Amino acid sequence: MTFFSNIWRNEKSREIIVQIIVLFFLGWFISWLVMNVNANFEALGKDISFEFLFIPAGYDINQYLIDYDSRDSHLRAGIVGLLNTGLVAFFGIILATVLGIALGIIRLSKNWLASKIAYWYVEFTRNVPILLHILLWHGIIINTLPHPRKAISLGEVTFLSNRGFYIPKPLAESGIELIYLFLVVAIIFSIFFAKYCKKKQDLTGIQYPVFWINFSVICFMPLIAFFLSGMPISLEIPALKGFNFRGGMHMSPELAALTFALGIYTAAFIAEIVRAGILAIDKGQTEAAESIGLKPSKVMNLVILPQARRVIIPPLTSQYLNLTKNSSLAIAIGYMDLVATLGGISLNQTGREMETMLIVMLIYLSVSLSISAFMNWYNSKVKLVGR
Amino acid sequence: MSEKIYKPGSYPDLPPPPGTVGLYGWIRQNLFSSISNSSLTIISVVLLYYLIDGIIGWFFLNAVFDAESKIACRKIDDGACWAVITRRVGQFVYGFYPEAERWRIDITFLTMFLAFAPLLYPDIPKRKWLLYFSAFYPFFAFVLIMGGYFGLQKIEYSLFGGFMLTVILGVCGIVCSLPLGILLALGRQSNLTVVKTLSVCFIEFMRGVPLITLLFVASSMLNYFLPPGTNFSILVRVIIMFTFFSAAYIAEVIRGGIQAIPKGQYEAADALGMNYWQKTRFITLPQALKISIPGIVNTFIGLYKDTTLVVVIGLLDPLGIGRAALADTKWNGLSTETYLFVALFFFVSCFAMSRYSLWLENKLNTDKK
Repeated sequence: MTFFSNIWRNEKSREIIVQIIVLFFLGWFISWLVMNVNANFEALGKDISFEFLFIPAGYDINQYLIDYDSRDSHLRAGIVGLLNTGLVAFFGIILATVLGIALGIIRLSKNWLASKIAYWYVEFTRNVPILLHILLWHGIIINTLPHPRKAISLGEVTFLSNRGFYIPKPLAESGIELIYLFLVVAIIFSIFFAKYCKKKQDLTGIQYPVFWINFSVICFMPLIAFFLSGMPISLEIPALKGFNFRGGMHMSPELAALTFALGIYTAAFIAEIVRAGILAIDKGQTEAAESIGLKPSKVMNLVILPQARRVIIPPLTSQYLNLTKNSSLAIAIGYMDLVATLGGISLNQTGREMETMLIVMLIYLSVSLSISAFMNWYNSKVKLVGR
Repeated sequence: MSEKIYKPGSYPDLPPPPGTVGLYGWIRQNLFSSISNSSLTIISVVLLYYLIDGIIGWFFLNAVFDAESKIACRKIDDGACWAVITRRVGQFVYGFYPEAERWRIDITFLTMFLAFAPLLYPDIPKRKWLLYFSAFYPFFAFVLIMGGYFGLQKIEYSLFGGFMLTVILGVCGIVCSLPLGILLALGRQSNLTVVKTLSVCFIEFMRGVPLITLLFVASSMLNYFLPPGTNFSILVRVIIMFTFFSAAYIAEVIRGGIQAIPKGQYEAADALGMNYWQKTRFITLPQALKISIPGIVNTFIGLYKDTTLVVVIGLLDPLGIGRAALADTKWNGLSTETYLFVALFFFVSCFAMSRYSLWLENKLNTDKK
């Protein structure tokens, strides 16, 4: 008996025993699950196979970035869905970032009224479920915007209707290559110019308006090329034909609703993150910067923001990730994203719950994990090194 | 003008300059301190004017509160048509719970506050007695809601719906996920490699996938993993998934709290000869939980909001009831009214939760008084 109690009292051996017990139960649990799945599948006459991915899907997707029709395979339908997820996440992230940063800064403004408005925006938005935002926006677009025939027109080129938004589509004609070339040259120039200015500043302390110079170079170089090559871009303006618009770029009500909802909802969280990040910077930093005579805008740009960025970026990324995961709620309004295609219609048509859900989950999981791995790397890079 | 000469130390207190005090001073300092500030104020005022004007008109002045259908509404006035809510308010609150039995829900809901009070407000009088009630409450609520005992009529899960379903899902999820979250957080910080790996895998998996896929698993696949013939209610399956999902997030929040505790605390505990569980119970958790209150409440609010997702797998939460109402040809197209009403409910409950967390945070803050 003393032998056993000695083993139990020794910390190392006790840890090993506990782990062995845990492992044993884990193995038992997993084999129990596998046995259950086997028994259930046998009873239903099912098996696990991924061959269904290559048979024709047989359903239409109204929004696609790569060519797709109903004879294409489930795999392709899934890829179309994945790209649609990416599309809405892209638009949503842009909207959320711009709106969120603006709101976060307004919230800290000295103006009492503006800061209160931003506060109540944040409270109203983030305390309402994202699914409600999506349905609300979808309902507003579908039910309150007019029929295409009476569409709201913005300058006769862009139309808002309950079938979605129609905007002019740029069409490339011959000679477009020159514009691309100029754009590439402009970007390369800006990179080198920025590096040169940085070096110059490090050496002499003289600052150049790098941002504005680069901004105008990137804007004007392609514009010059556009006129030089004889205006090779024409706009295809949407026009009413019958019951709906033809031509131009079409943003479906679902995509629009999802973008607005995700952008507006996530902006509230981003606003709080930006605010917290700026507040996290010690007040002494502002006071020191002011005491050496920097203008308020310079205090913000040169002292506060570079430090706040370190605090802001990790939670910001996790908000982007949340936005992407939330875009899976698209299924509620019928936007064909990854969950709605592979995890929705393909699942129902083939009856392969196990396989489709496995694929969908693995895709989301790998995106999440790779982004958090990147974040860990970034955090360790920007972490203040204690001396 | 001659300056009066005062003795040193006897100079009278002068009133502050007129532009800095009172309402006028406040307005000058907070709204019109500079040109950019003034223009921001003017823009805000104009924005607010149009917003409030539109909202009051649409919500109240031009709104119709009772009518036969949407068309009847529009004949009366062109504002919001709240009839879609007022005609179905019973469904929005109780789902399809039998009308004669709805008092049971009311009692359960009201006594819930009594059961939560001693947990939420530590200073409440007669706390000890109330705590006994809190411990007994889950059984009480279960029997009252489900029925089947003491002559109460048994009610099927499928009749549950409306705000009642939201509260049931939310409260069950919150109550179950906190202990699981604490265990996972401790597991992740554990020295035992196996336990640690398991916790990390579970947490990262749950955080990596969208909740909706987990709900799909709950609704369509969970039965495959259980012995053939087992079948239990979709409601329970959904609660389990919610619990797992938010436990993973809570675990990460608490881990942050644990990591924020200074190392000296552990060393002191070791020096006193405490074992692992004593250290956890008396040193780690009290401090870690206190630090992580805001994060935990945020996770709870997130879970509460996420209960709306059950509409996708066909449960009739307020959104489901709302969509059913909108599918009725009488109310077709009144989505804005319906969703805003549900949004108001969520806003009130979530805002209350976040206020409570702020209050608790201030109360437990021992750093500065």
